[in-house]
Amino acid sequence: MKPGRIGAWVAFVLGMAYFFLPLIATFEFSMRMKRGAYSFEAYRVILSDPRFQETFGYSALVALMTILVGVLLVVPTAYWIRLKLPYLRPVIEFITLLPLVIPAIVIVFGYLRMYNSSSFLPFTGSRRGTDILLIFGYVTLALPYMYRAVDTGLRAIDVRTLTEAAEILGAKWPTIIARIILPNVLIAVLSGAFLTFAIVIGEFTMASLLNRPAFGPYMQNLGANRAYEPAALAVVAFAITWACMVLIQVVSRFAPKTAERPG
Amino acid sequence: MNEPFIRLDRINKAFGPTQVVRDFNLDIAPGEFVSFLGPSGCGKTTTLRMIAGFETPSSGRIAIGGRDVTNLRPNQRKIGMVFQAYALFPNLTVAQNIGFGMRVAGASRAEINGRVAEMLEIIKLPQHGKRYPFQLSGGQQQRVALARALAVRPQVLLLDEPLSALDAKIRVSLREEIRSIQRKLGITTIYVTHDQEEALSMSDRIVVMHEGVAEQVGTPFEIYNRPATRFVASFVGTLNVLKATVLDPASGTVRAAGRDLRLDRRLPAGAGEGISLSLRPEVVSLGSEPGRPLELPGTVSEVSFLGSVIRVRVQVDDLFLSLDTFNNPAAAPPAIGEATVVSFSPDDVLVIAD
Ligand SMILES: Nc1ncnc2c1ncn2[C@@H]1O[C@H](COP(=O)(O)OP(=O)(O)OP(=O)(O)O)[C@@H](O)[C@H]1O
Ligand SMILES: [Mg+2]
Repeated sequence: MKPGRIGAWVAFVLGMAYFFLPLIATFEFSMRMKRGAYSFEAYRVILSDPRFQETFGYSALVALMTILVGVLLVVPTAYWIRLKLPYLRPVIEFITLLPLVIPAIVIVFGYLRMYNSSSFLPFTGSRRGTDILLIFGYVTLALPYMYRAVDTGLRAIDVRTLTEAAEILGAKWPTIIARIILPNVLIAVLSGAFLTFAIVIGEFTMASLLNRPAFGPYMQNLGANRAYEPAALAVVAFAITWACMVLIQVVSRFAPKTAERPG
Repeated sequence: MNEPFIRLDRINKAFGPTQVVRDFNLDIAPGEFVSFLGPSGCGKTTTLRMIAGFETPSSGRIAIGGRDVTNLRPNQRKIGMVFQAYALFPNLTVAQNIGFGMRVAGASRAEINGRVAEMLEIIKLPQHGKRYPFQLSGGQQQRVALARALAVRPQVLLLDEPLSALDAKIRVSLREEIRSIQRKLGITTIYVTHDQEEALSMSDRIVVMHEGVAEQVGTPFEIYNRPATRFVASFVGTLNVLKATVLDPASGTVRAAGRDLRLDRRLPAGAGEGISLSLRPEVVSLGSEPGRPLELPGTVSEVSFLGSVIRVRVQVDDLFLSLDTFNNPAAAPPAIGEATVVSFSPDDVLVIAD
């Protein structure tokens, strides 16, 4: 074996160790709730905790709403930008990147100032209002991923010609988006959706500052007060995120082939 | 012509400072097949897109069936269009693609199914309704695109270089098929192409476009045999151009390649002025020939065997003339370097104003 090869392998093994050792250690630790023997006791405890079920259910529902709002916002926008306003693309791309640059805590403080109960739009005045505010906050957080996924999907099809073909056959905008554009970027939308789901399930800052019973604050709370259960919860959270990633991979296998374009 | 079905009335189109279509006038009769022919960038697609409604003319009116459609949206014009890149909907089957327009218009399922079956029959793909576009060849995809455009019974069919993405064999067979379907349905059709052979073989009339201007409108016969401008003459078919000096404009006597030639017609130039004489390859013979009294001496410089015809290039003075002779298995083809004469009739000489 050449020295370069060996170097590469060493780097690879070190990298894998860096990623997996903490995970393995956490997993190992989470199994030690019962003294002297490995068991899934910690998992049994958290999975049967009603607070776990409540917060997870709440976060899952919020994630679904976030995905719905995100898709309704991003797909028509990205489509329109590609079709009619291509010169605005850099601007839109910059805007969608902002949530990566601005910390969530800054965004949520901004929200609290703008929409507090004495403002002209008192979202935080009611629980339902705060839920809505949280969903919009998550839409913002997920924007970089959602927009990029959808835009990549749109790049794979000839948006302009397909739109014109549908238009000359008598179709109007809602029909074109629903019957032609969305189905052709569905895979991209789904991968954006799974990413959004993974982000929302683990999110702490916004949910905590808006004081909503979400999964993130529950994890944090548990972590501060128990020993073995948080480790188990971390492993569960990892599993959920990874399941999302695997689903993205699986779903993209079923991508419909796009029309053969003349070379 | 009886009442025109499509009327383009002094259409102009500018994108910013660039004028792309200038003063375009055209009347098209019902059921007519008209081609727009011209080099890349001459404004064919732009004109077609204005008729479809994807672009708005900067000035001028467009009427279809007596109705002014200049300001209507594409989906209100009842036009069928076939795109160069097929533009089939990748997520729909062939049958769903063909039925799309009717479905949008709210036709019943039974009606759609009937029409789709009929269209599949017309394009000779009756077994392919359940396939997806990516499972078809390019030629099949384009036939589906044609069926999709025609399924809604449009008033007008527009095709923008529908065959240019296909290979030569399919191109020829598909153009015959398109033309025969068009004849059968009697639909008024505009066909954009930069392929002169396509335009000449398919069209009732051809519009030759150059830099946004319709240089000549006429039947393929007229366009080829009586080109109105220099550009039309050189763009459609091969053309030999001889530089000559006018000796006597009244009798049409000119001097070219060291010989005096009598064209027996009035020339549009004064004595001593230069003039260009154009000759199609098929009106020039190698060697003397009865009925072709004008002769110029030359040397055979190139011989290409094209099958049924042999194209020969002959050097006359400092210029080269192309001419076609039929292949004759009994006679050897002309040899390169052989001294010869080329002959032609004064009637076949095109004198085109520059
Ligand atoms: N949307 C546009 N904005 C600016 N210029 C345009 C636009 N569309 C076309 N043009 C210009 O108009 C001219 C004519 O274009 P057009 O597409 O009509 O040519 P064409 O005859 O169809 O050529 P081709 O055979 O290459 O398809 C070109 O110079 C092109 O650059
Ligand atoms: Mg074009």
